[in-house]
Amino acid sequence: MGDILAMLFNTTVFAAAFRMATPLIFAALGGILSERSGVVNIALEGMMLIGSFTAMLVTYLTGMPWVGVLGAMAAGGLIGLIHAVFCVRYRANQVVTGTAINIFAGGLTVFLLRHFFQVAGTSPAVTVIPDITLPILSKIPWIDRILGRQNPLVYLALVAVAVVHVVIYRTTWGLRLRAVGEHPQAADTVGVNVFRMRYIAVVLSGALAGLGGTYLSIAHLSRFSEGMTAGRGFIALAAVIFGKWTPLGALGACLFFGYGDALQMRLQDIGIPTQFMNMLPYVLTMVALAGFIGRAVGPKAAGEPYIKG
Amino acid sequence: MRDKVKALPWQELLLPLVAVVLALLVGSVFILYVGENPLKAYGILFTESLGSMRNIATTLQRATPLMFTGLAVAFAFRAGLFNIGAEGQLYIGAFCAVWVGISFNLPRIIHLPLAIFAAMVGGALWASIAGYLKAKLGVHEVINTIMLNFIALFLTDWLVTGPFHGGSWVPETVRISSSAAFTRIYLPTRLTTAVYVAGIAAAAVYIILWKTKRGYELRAVGLNPDAAEYGGINVARNTVIAMAISGALAGLAGAEQILGLHNRFIVRFSSDLGFMGIAVALLGKNHPVGVLLAAVLFGALQAGSAAMDRSTAVPRELITIIQALIIFFVAAEFLIRRMLRLKEDA
Repeated sequence: MGDILAMLFNTTVFAAAFRMATPLIFAALGGILSERSGVVNIALEGMMLIGSFTAMLVTYLTGMPWVGVLGAMAAGGLIGLIHAVFCVRYRANQVVTGTAINIFAGGLTVFLLRHFFQVAGTSPAVTVIPDITLPILSKIPWIDRILGRQNPLVYLALVAVAVVHVVIYRTTWGLRLRAVGEHPQAADTVGVNVFRMRYIAVVLSGALAGLGGTYLSIAHLSRFSEGMTAGRGFIALAAVIFGKWTPLGALGACLFFGYGDALQMRLQDIGIPTQFMNMLPYVLTMVALAGFIGRAVGPKAAGEPYIKG
Repeated sequence: MRDKVKALPWQELLLPLVAVVLALLVGSVFILYVGENPLKAYGILFTESLGSMRNIATTLQRATPLMFTGLAVAFAFRAGLFNIGAEGQLYIGAFCAVWVGISFNLPRIIHLPLAIFAAMVGGALWASIAGYLKAKLGVHEVINTIMLNFIALFLTDWLVTGPFHGGSWVPETVRISSSAAFTRIYLPTRLTTAVYVAGIAAAAVYIILWKTKRGYELRAVGLNPDAAEYGGINVARNTVIAMAISGALAGLAGAEQILGLHNRFIVRFSSDLGFMGIAVALLGKNHPVGVLLAAVLFGALQAGSAAMDRSTAVPRELITIIQALIIFFVAAEFLIRRMLRLKEDA
């Protein structure tokens, strides 16, 4: 029993949980912005994948991983723009467009991988963003072993949660964003440009998901491999729902899912198959949606194209 | 209730055709980007998929699972439901098929139908979970079917690498007994009698939707659930039934993959067949005949892609890109109608 407790409450596992949660946090924040504006984004997976690939490619070409980060955000934002053009302007079904983006991303990344490197599967190794030691956190006992030394992107993800929280709940822009997602007609009546709000939110959503993908290819690992997001975009989507479309809630969900991920190998040793841990985020999300742990209800206008009257 | 199917105006055919042409045009940008001639690449795709009887057979073989998943998604669409979970229903169906295929020793005349039936039941039950949650608790089926996709993926992953592992180093089950396998009908291709089942399934979908009272109810719910409820139709009940039938069709795709192609369950064998079903359904305008035609188009792209990959500098993933582009353009009907100056609501 003591062994199991030691395994569950262990700074190494907690530190790993933060690392596993990082790509999910970025993508989930992207999901929140998009859905809060009224555009369902099931394309987080594809946007992350494009981000992972671009981060690797730009880093490969420039040798500078931070330029890779910017490239990944730009590529993610561009995919977001495509999603927005189809959903907002051409009133395409948001779930259909999202599905198309996911399939497109899977095809495009391998297409380009084979074009640039003549390999399927895995890219050559590239420079990674090195871990850093934070001056203050690394002095606090216990905390230092979890957050004292981590990748800059891990810290950036936590900062991003705070920023998105403040933007959504403490700024006029955030108020407008929520209005557009809940009741676009009313927002339009008081002079909010529904289309522009949605365009911005979905482009930001793509950029954030792209940033999440970055972590996988140039921080966690040093290369891109085919389909490397492996469903993380959908886990992020699950975190959005589980966190009830709030940044702090999603952060909690991502950390919880990351924690489960970090425990996988250890749990396998005591006879719990990894696949059961893999299923957990999805099962919990269904339970949350069914209302067994406080009903999860999304923005009212999510999924509806806005047609100006 | 106006019946769209019997009307079938020329626009209904024109829109998917324009979407395909636009997708091929954008696809040619990718071909030019890698320094090849689009006409050459598309020429190879065409001859290698439809240029000989053998190639046509390969095309049909590639199209068969997409016919099932396309019908599955289309059926749900007709009832107003978006079944994005065909992928998961396919996996559950496939597992049920393989289980019957390896566990029993029966004469072929019983064994094969039993395995097919098991796949249908598995897919139907899996999809019904989302149908039930929608009907009873009002949870949108899109999120739940996405979640169920992953749960099915990991569940079958575990079953096939754990309790049902075949014992080799490959994550797969043992082979099904030959009495449960579909018969090959055009050697040396892998086209099997499963393609006939797809034809029967398409006919069944047509009959259920347009020739039965149940189908009338399902379509009424699909067009306007509130009006249907007011008119005395039990919306909740029809939601569960629609998802179950849709799931059964997706389960058939799993049956085809196991009993026709792989003859065993290989972990994660499906290359997005369920998601491609969405594309097939949309391109086929959610009509059984349209779905069959759209599946053949997608099958042709896949059948020709290997040869194009071998003899040009164009990676075969081009066809995945083209398939995604087709979905974009079919989804953006509004865009195409505007381009062609068609009326907004045909």
